[in-house]
Amino acid sequence: MSASVEIGDVTLTYRGVSGGVLALKGTTLNVRRGEFAAVVGPSGCGKSSLMKLVTGLLPPDNGSIVISGAKVTGPVKIAGMAFQNPNLLPWRKVVDNVLLPLEIVQPYRSNFRREKKQYREQAEALLKTVGLGGFGDRYPWELSGGMQQRVSLCRALIHQPSLLMLDEPFAALDAFTREELWCVLRDLWQKIRFTVILVTHDLREATFLADTIHVMSARPGHIVMSKTVELPRPRELEDCFKPQFIDIVHELRAKIGEVRQQ
Amino acid sequence: MNSTLEKLSPTLFTIGIFLFWEAACRAFKIDRFILPAPSEAFMAMVQYWRPLAYHSFVTLWTTLAGFGIAVAFGIALGLVVGWSRTIYRGLYPVMIGFNCIPKVAVVPILIMWFGIGEVPAILTAFLISFFPIVVNVATGLATMEPELEDVLRALGARKLDIMLKVGIPRTQPYLFGSLKVAITLAFVGTVVSETVGANAGLGYQIALAGSNFQMPLVFAALLLLAFEGIAMYAVFAWIEGHFTRWAFRSSMSAAA
Repeated sequence: MSASVEIGDVTLTYRGVSGGVLALKGTTLNVRRGEFAAVVGPSGCGKSSLMKLVTGLLPPDNGSIVISGAKVTGPVKIAGMAFQNPNLLPWRKVVDNVLLPLEIVQPYRSNFRREKKQYREQAEALLKTVGLGGFGDRYPWELSGGMQQRVSLCRALIHQPSLLMLDEPFAALDAFTREELWCVLRDLWQKIRFTVILVTHDLREATFLADTIHVMSARPGHIVMSKTVELPRPRELEDCFKPQFIDIVHELRAKIGEVRQQ
Repeated sequence: MNSTLEKLSPTLFTIGIFLFWEAACRAFKIDRFILPAPSEAFMAMVQYWRPLAYHSFVTLWTTLAGFGIAVAFGIALGLVVGWSRTIYRGLYPVMIGFNCIPKVAVVPILIMWFGIGEVPAILTAFLISFFPIVVNVATGLATMEPELEDVLRALGARKLDIMLKVGIPRTQPYLFGSLKVAITLAFVGTVVSETVGANAGLGYQIALAGSNFQMPLVFAALLLLAFEGIAMYAVFAWIEGHFTRWAFRSSMSAAA
């Protein structure tokens, strides 16, 4: 069951050493169940703060966050997360890295020892769908950066989260690997239909993957534009060169240029 | 060819240093009461092998006992300190202050409390060697990637889960790295205590032989001490390499 997300008029201040920084101000954003939402914006606009707010890792100063009808008051316990850095545990084999969430999330946690064999098979199957069949028994440091990021995606998805939060997951990869992983993510999402919030700098990435793209302003961040991507699915990499696609990227780019000026 | 040379180089260097020492003693006719030649030290080792074996054994076990306590205490304290920032901030100055006290100044107090014997030696070894263990364990916990913590917290992990799944395993290379430092410090502690007040151990042997002007015997005891130190260091270096191979392969570097 995928989750819906409603962020209502949220304000967030970071308390740093040199005083507070207003990261978000009056941010409102809605994501439907099973929707693929992307958030783009200039650097330092508080996109990552948005991730922490939605997952309940940080409480907002003002406003409310509601996930599937329930107000968020603490860590949400359902979200899968992946970041720019794969953050795999180097002492665990790939498959054991993927299994990590099942050791924490209920009901898997209580069954973990009993069902370990079956969970392992699930993890291996998931690895296979991202093109890492047979790599389960390797260690993360034996894998390339792109492969590690695939493992990180699998770890974010193994417990079938209703909400997937991605914070620039492909930013550190080379262009070819990045496009390859777009397709991996596209296929996974089309199969399972979890709700996704993808934070990215890459406008093509957002346009290729998302149903709706939200543009954030410079700090203090708020949503200045929400654009529905009307491109038909399934989308192919070739579509990135179609005029319709390029128009959307263009429009987003112009808007971001505008907010950066301010 | 090069790799054989590299393998043999520790042995060659050791032999070389002994040969140089021997040659210097002979060439400059250095008085044996000032600096005995290594050959004389080795002869003393053979001649006094019985008491030396006994004293070596005493030093080894008291050192290991003190070190063992230091490991247990150091890990426990390191986990506590690494667990909470408040405790970390509160305890750190106290620990630095404590570490600055020369342990040789503490030995007379320990002897007053526990009498002459092995107990002050064990405690001195413990006191001198737990600090690097605490610091390294705490560092291992404190340098955990915040994003990884976020991943786990967003799954509903409690602090204890994060510690068990990530914190403690990732501390291992820091811990094993610190053990190599701590074991050599523990030997220093034991010998300091034995020199000040004991009736057994290599430190006691050195003090006794020194006061009798048996310099070859002093040097024989010193060499044995160095040998014990190297042997124990090698043991912990092997354990480190064996248990934390991943730390040397992955980008995460151990206790740097």
